[in-house]
Amino acid sequence: MNVEGVIHQIFSGLANGCIYGSIALALVMIYQATHHLNFAQGEMATFSTFIAWALIQKGMPYWMAFALTFGLSFLAGLAIQRLILRPVERAPVLTNVCVFIGLLLIFNAFSGWFFDHTVKAFPSPFAQEGILKTPFFSAHEFGSFLVMLAVLSALYAFFRFTPIGLAMRAAAQNPDSARLVGIRVSWMLAFGWGLAAAIGAVAGMMVAPIVFLDPNMMAGILLYGFAAALLGGVDNPWGAVIGGLIVGVLENLLGAYVIGTELKLTVALVLIVGTLTLMPSGLFGKHVVTRV
Amino acid sequence: MSKTRVIWIGLALLLVAAMVLPFLVKNYRVFQFNLVLVYAIAILGLNILTGFNGQISLGHGAFYAIGAYAAAILMDRAGLPYWATLPFSGVLCFVLGFLMGFPALRLAGHYLAVATLALALAIPQLLKYKLLEHYTGGVQGIVLVKPEPPFTFRFLDQPLSADRWLYFFTLAVTIVMFVLAWNLLRGRVGRALVAIRDHPIAAAVMGINLAMFKSLTFGVSAAFTGVAGALGAVVIAFVSPDSFTVTLSIFLLVGLVVGGLASIPGAFFGAIFIQFVPNIADELSKSAPAAIYGVLLIVLMYLMPLGVMGMVRKLWARWQPGAARLQASVKPGTSVPVPPDLTKESTT
Repeated sequence: MNVEGVIHQIFSGLANGCIYGSIALALVMIYQATHHLNFAQGEMATFSTFIAWALIQKGMPYWMAFALTFGLSFLAGLAIQRLILRPVERAPVLTNVCVFIGLLLIFNAFSGWFFDHTVKAFPSPFAQEGILKTPFFSAHEFGSFLVMLAVLSALYAFFRFTPIGLAMRAAAQNPDSARLVGIRVSWMLAFGWGLAAAIGAVAGMMVAPIVFLDPNMMAGILLYGFAAALLGGVDNPWGAVIGGLIVGVLENLLGAYVIGTELKLTVALVLIVGTLTLMPSGLFGKHVVTRV
Repeated sequence: MSKTRVIWIGLALLLVAAMVLPFLVKNYRVFQFNLVLVYAIAILGLNILTGFNGQISLGHGAFYAIGAYAAAILMDRAGLPYWATLPFSGVLCFVLGFLMGFPALRLAGHYLAVATLALALAIPQLLKYKLLEHYTGGVQGIVLVKPEPPFTFRFLDQPLSADRWLYFFTLAVTIVMFVLAWNLLRGRVGRALVAIRDHPIAAAVMGINLAMFKSLTFGVSAAFTGVAGALGAVVIAFVSPDSFTVTLSIFLLVGLVVGGLASIPGAFFGAIFIQFVPNIADELSKSAPAAIYGVLLIVLMYLMPLGVMGMVRKLWARWQPGAARLQASVKPGTSVPVPPDLTKESTT
């Protein structure tokens, strides 16, 4: 166990952590607005990644396919909220969980049905030996780090400086008052879903070159996303990102030096159960007090 | 004729039909019916937890897997006879479920769903783990010997084959488990579970120990599913980590929703559904079963939130107007488990 190796593991963990963080961010965006955890987030991202793959196979340049997938995912997320989730918006938790599981099954089945179950290589837009290659990061790791950073900054700017971002925050924080000042709360939820789907798509496209593309690609990653979101505090977007980084580094260090890579999902299980039991509001979450 | 009388006669006829059934079909079909019974027990276990007590589990496949592996290891390593493994699996899963119930106490709704989903995802990896390989057989799993029937005869020109013998064994266990569940749920305990589901605070005020009841429910539910897993291992005569992926947990949930939440006989409809629909849908595409399940889950939530049994109850009430009144006015001392009100707006 040498220092260089540890540093390398930490950096590579940070790169993975960005991806977990962005899935967590997508989960948190939907949770903040609706208080539901979207179990289909991972499968939606996988399906988006398959669309990007198909576009690239058709000969479209990478970044064009990237942008198109981003847009399509946004529209798809919006449509799903409008058509499928809106009727059960106020239904009990079990109904919602069943609908989310239904979506998960549908997207997983569609990925397999339309693009078959063989494992596919997904191209990375960052050249192996390009300027992005540093001693501790591979080019793709550094590149995806930058992409995620860009997504986060864009999101921050969107929520901080645009009127619609402000409206979305208002709708999430206090739906009743927001409605009184003329914000269409239900549509804001749909925008939130669209954004979450688009962020998930980016995460999918960034992780696919590492883990390879197949319909079940996201199952484990979604679990890490959940762990990250819960660790960071499920109602705090910044917490989600920091939680993702912590989970990524932890996963890499534990995998390399303590328990090996075979029990990665068990680590996520322990993290999730541990966080929920010992620290239910996470590191940066609000403590919720219920009046009985 | 009174309603109870109709039900008893119906049950007797069903039992006779179930006894004759294996001699009317081919061996492979008998094997499939065995699995229907096994799934029915597993779904019943999930129903006790999710349907009656309102705790959502997306990870009951994990308890099914643990029950199956416990039975397989006991048969393979300790040389126990197949019928003796069931109590062990049940007790082991009860203890594990009870322990899982402790963190579950602090987790409501979605959080419990996430935690149990994580359990379901982690189980195949744990079963493959190299330190346990000596017992679990690693990726290869464990191959078992199908028990031979202790005696043999011919009926309707069909011999009592190994699968047919197992069918009767499974049927007997199924009847025992369903009677146990019925006895558990029709009395004080059942009412307490439903009260906890519908209004935990009111339940606590009435003196129900929430922590104890919820943990015990988790344990009992896991025990039912564990026994089902053990039976499944005996019936299939093979266990491997990849037969117990998260898909199994999700299929159990689908079976529960299709059959009917908070309904004991609904488990059979759910089991028939998850056993036979994939076979039919497979011909369309490998991915078709999952797609059909997904669409069905969503459509059922909109149109028929109480599943097949909810539909049956509705039709019964329409066919015989008196039945509706009987359902509505619950006499003191008898408990009709009220289905969860899925259409009501949540208060949170």
